[in-house]
Amino acid sequence: MIAANPIELAVGNMVRRVLHIIREEDVSLTSSAIPGVSVESDDDESDSKSSYSAAAIAAANRSALRAPSLHNLLESIPDPVKTPEAPAASVGDSDSKSRSGDRNSVSWKLKHNVIEGITELLQDLDDYHTHVAEQALEHIHQNEVILTLGRSRSLLKFLLEAKKKRSFQVVVAEGAPRYQGHTLAKELAEKGLQTTVITDSAVFAMISRVNMVIIGAHAVMANGGVLAPVGMHMVALAARRHAVPFVVLAGVHKLCPQYPHKPYTLLNDMKSPAEVVEFGELSECFAAGTGDHTTYVVNPTFDYIPPDLVSIFITDTGGHNPSYVYRLIAEYYSPEDYFLQ
Amino acid sequence: MDSRRRAPVIGPKVRQVGFVTPNADSPGEGVMEKEAGNLTTNSPTPVTIAPTRPVIEIPHSLKADPVAVPSPSHRRGNEVDIPSAPTASYNPNDSVLDGSSLPSSKGGSTINDVYGSLVSESVAESSPLGRPTGSTVGAFAERVKQKTSDSAIGSAVIDGGVASGKPGKGSKANNRGIPALSSSDAKSSEAPADGSKPLKERTSKAERRAKQEADRAAKLAGKGTGGGAGGDPNAQTKNSKGKKDNAPEKKSVQAPEKKGSDKSSENQKKKEVPAPRLQFDDKERVAKSKRRSLVEQTETKNRVELFRHLPQFVYGTQLPSLEAKFFQDDAMHPHPAVYQVGLQYLTGDIVGGNARCVAMLMALRSMIIDYETPPEKTLVRDLVTRTNNHVNFLITCRPLSISMGNAIRLLKAKIAKLDPSLPEAEAKASLIADIDTFMLEKIVFADKEIVKHAVTKIRDGDVVLTHGYSSVVEMILVRAKEMGKKFRVVVIDSRPKLEGRRLLRSLLSKDIHCTYTHTNAVPYIMQEVTRVFLGAASVLANGTVYARVGTACVAMVAHSCGVPVMICCETYKFHERVQLDSITSNELGDPDALVKVAGRKESALEGWADNEHLQLLNLTYDATPADYVSMIITELGMVPPTSVPVILREYRKEPAV
Repeated sequence: MIAANPIELAVGNMVRRVLHIIREEDVSLTSSAIPGVSVESDDDESDSKSSYSAAAIAAANRSALRAPSLHNLLESIPDPVKTPEAPAASVGDSDSKSRSGDRNSVSWKLKHNVIEGITELLQDLDDYHTHVAEQALEHIHQNEVILTLGRSRSLLKFLLEAKKKRSFQVVVAEGAPRYQGHTLAKELAEKGLQTTVITDSAVFAMISRVNMVIIGAHAVMANGGVLAPVGMHMVALAARRHAVPFVVLAGVHKLCPQYPHKPYTLLNDMKSPAEVVEFGELSECFAAGTGDHTTYVVNPTFDYIPPDLVSIFITDTGGHNPSYVYRLIAEYYSPEDYFLQ
Repeated sequence: MDSRRRAPVIGPKVRQVGFVTPNADSPGEGVMEKEAGNLTTNSPTPVTIAPTRPVIEIPHSLKADPVAVPSPSHRRGNEVDIPSAPTASYNPNDSVLDGSSLPSSKGGSTINDVYGSLVSESVAESSPLGRPTGSTVGAFAERVKQKTSDSAIGSAVIDGGVASGKPGKGSKANNRGIPALSSSDAKSSEAPADGSKPLKERTSKAERRAKQEADRAAKLAGKGTGGGAGGDPNAQTKNSKGKKDNAPEKKSVQAPEKKGSDKSSENQKKKEVPAPRLQFDDKERVAKSKRRSLVEQTETKNRVELFRHLPQFVYGTQLPSLEAKFFQDDAMHPHPAVYQVGLQYLTGDIVGGNARCVAMLMALRSMIIDYETPPEKTLVRDLVTRTNNHVNFLITCRPLSISMGNAIRLLKAKIAKLDPSLPEAEAKASLIADIDTFMLEKIVFADKEIVKHAVTKIRDGDVVLTHGYSSVVEMILVRAKEMGKKFRVVVIDSRPKLEGRRLLRSLLSKDIHCTYTHTNAVPYIMQEVTRVFLGAASVLANGTVYARVGTACVAMVAHSCGVPVMICCETYKFHERVQLDSITSNELGDPDALVKVAGRKESALEGWADNEHLQLLNLTYDATPADYVSMIITELGMVPPTSVPVILREYRKEPAV
């Protein structure tokens, strides 16, 4: 799945989260029964040895070690559990439950905990908008002017939450070439927020009158850098120039333990040039010349924002500095999972 | 104290707008001075008569009463009015004409200020018009006037004119303009409402008022207002405008709080002079101005608060009325060449600093060729008036660019310097020669020099980035290609004008390797870029580059990536004013242009005007700070941005070409 669309880092993140949950649960279970753990595990292993193939036996042997391999841990758990998709996980839950009778009690406990962890994860995924929006009142105050670019669901909820108690204005930059800023502006205006739509090129002109820039992120990298829709880097630079706080809204599921080495090339998605220039236009331009050279039309989808341009991340677990991101990563992911095959 | 002072002097007609110290030394003045200074110069309008006419019409200032009140309520009223004010200013004929003659103190002053400022704003995004109007001719006229009893009026006008300075500072400006001329009624009505400051104004105004009345009577007797109606209103407008600019001398400092009064003053002005300005709250005036205005414009419904100091019209409403009025035989009607150029500006057929300036100069040139001095008038004054009229018309079509403003200023200076004893044919020939020299030296040859310098900065293997369409940059790139250099170009485009496509087309026709993308992708593409060449509408005295919106973003990203940014700009586009950000002075384009997205049938923003919470903002220019610019390439060489005021001072001491 990751190979299908590498830029959707959330997929990889979820996989890692699940893996991490599993590892954690396993560690806590094994550590809770320290004196008899080796005996128990041996028992388990011996039990399972009798029921599984030789490969499983080899895996079981490995599992005797303190750091069991994932494969081993989840051997008895049906495959669907491994996928991070919510429906699959729930299927996996039921499957594992149905087979629980076949496992011995320790494995069952492990699975049970893992399933609980995954359910929590699913819930977090659904709710994170709300948790992020709850912090809105701390950051947006009366008569402020907020600038944003494009559209983000968490941003929409964030602003509407703040609107309940405070009155402020929003300046929305269009966000070429998708122009989602138009949609966001319409939604905000319908809810009664004073909105102004500007072109992306006017961001520098308007930002001197703006109090805060709030955007939604596509992904947050391990160094605190942000992958955001194209145009955000310019906004971040302009915000730093005018000393305007640059706030990034991101759910914890967007946190990615990878480091952006060449973000513009490796972590980007080039879309069709047709969004920038219509085919008719371009062919007219071509007609003017002899066509010796190819003309490139560039249409990147994402922008990378270095961590020093970001003032704060607002996640469902609270506000964090870009420099704190590595701790969050350590909390939610296991180091062994940083590189998925 | 003011009331005491004014009691003996003032009549009920005197209306004070803003605050005026007896010797016009109020602190506000200082500000006004500055603003006036911004306008530059005292651009007294050559027309002498203007003030009287407006004075006569002042009595209507009844409206002003409510508006005049300097109290917060008054201000509120102003706030409401303000949107219309900006509009008014844009009606070139009306705005300039009326604005200048707006004596109505109360609202008048503010209106004048707003008016003036608007005009100046539009003119060259920095009061070039105000200035050109004034310049030497204005000063000359001013001096002449001062000697006469008109001085009081003149000052009043000037005050109004001065106010025009910076619309942003709105109220202040307005106050200035109006107080002088404001009709006595306005004054009186305002007086009580105003605080101590207005009282001061009243005092001085009262004095001026008395003078004005006397003058007016004399003038009415002397000239046929009817015949000169066409010229007079214009003249007056110009006059008042010029006077406004010259206000500093007598200006009554209008308290900045007079914002509200701006509107009322505008209303006042309308009554006094054919009111072109549309005041939303004054139905009568709106109707009147519509009747008189040459161009019909409707203001947009949803205006952005921050930009209330700039006029904004609903685009597309101007053209039909312009066409309809083409065949009217009006004394105020512009010369056909100017008319044509105005229409071309309106439709966007001619864009770009150089192109617009050249078109305008050619049109004015034909106007001068066809010009005949009317009897009983001197060539100098009448020609300046005529020129002002035409320029006002062009402003209605589209606010003047800074390049145009500078050119007009020089032209007027040339006219003013003409020897009065010269026969008409010679005078005209000399003017035409001057215009030709200006265009040749300052534009054509300057461009050649710039290209010569700039191509030395392009080396083989360079990746050159440029934004939008600039005629100079196009010439540079084409020339570099002709010289055989191997480089490629990245063209950045921005909505809604998408001028980059024009450049792309012309570069492709010369077989230059191009990459094309939109402003958002600039940080992505900047990694490959080695040079950035940008054109500019103007470079201001503090080194700020005033150029098409989006230039600042490009320069900022280039600076952060360590890529040198080179601005290519002729020196005639330099300007003495300073600007710190893009809000204080700008041009608002058609907001509906943002709605349509290429390649999509419907837009999410359809019907945006119906939603009062939703506004669209279409800025035309933005200000790039000087520290983003590595160097400015001019015909005088390649200079750092800090050298711009030096060039302005050393090479532009005289308005001589």
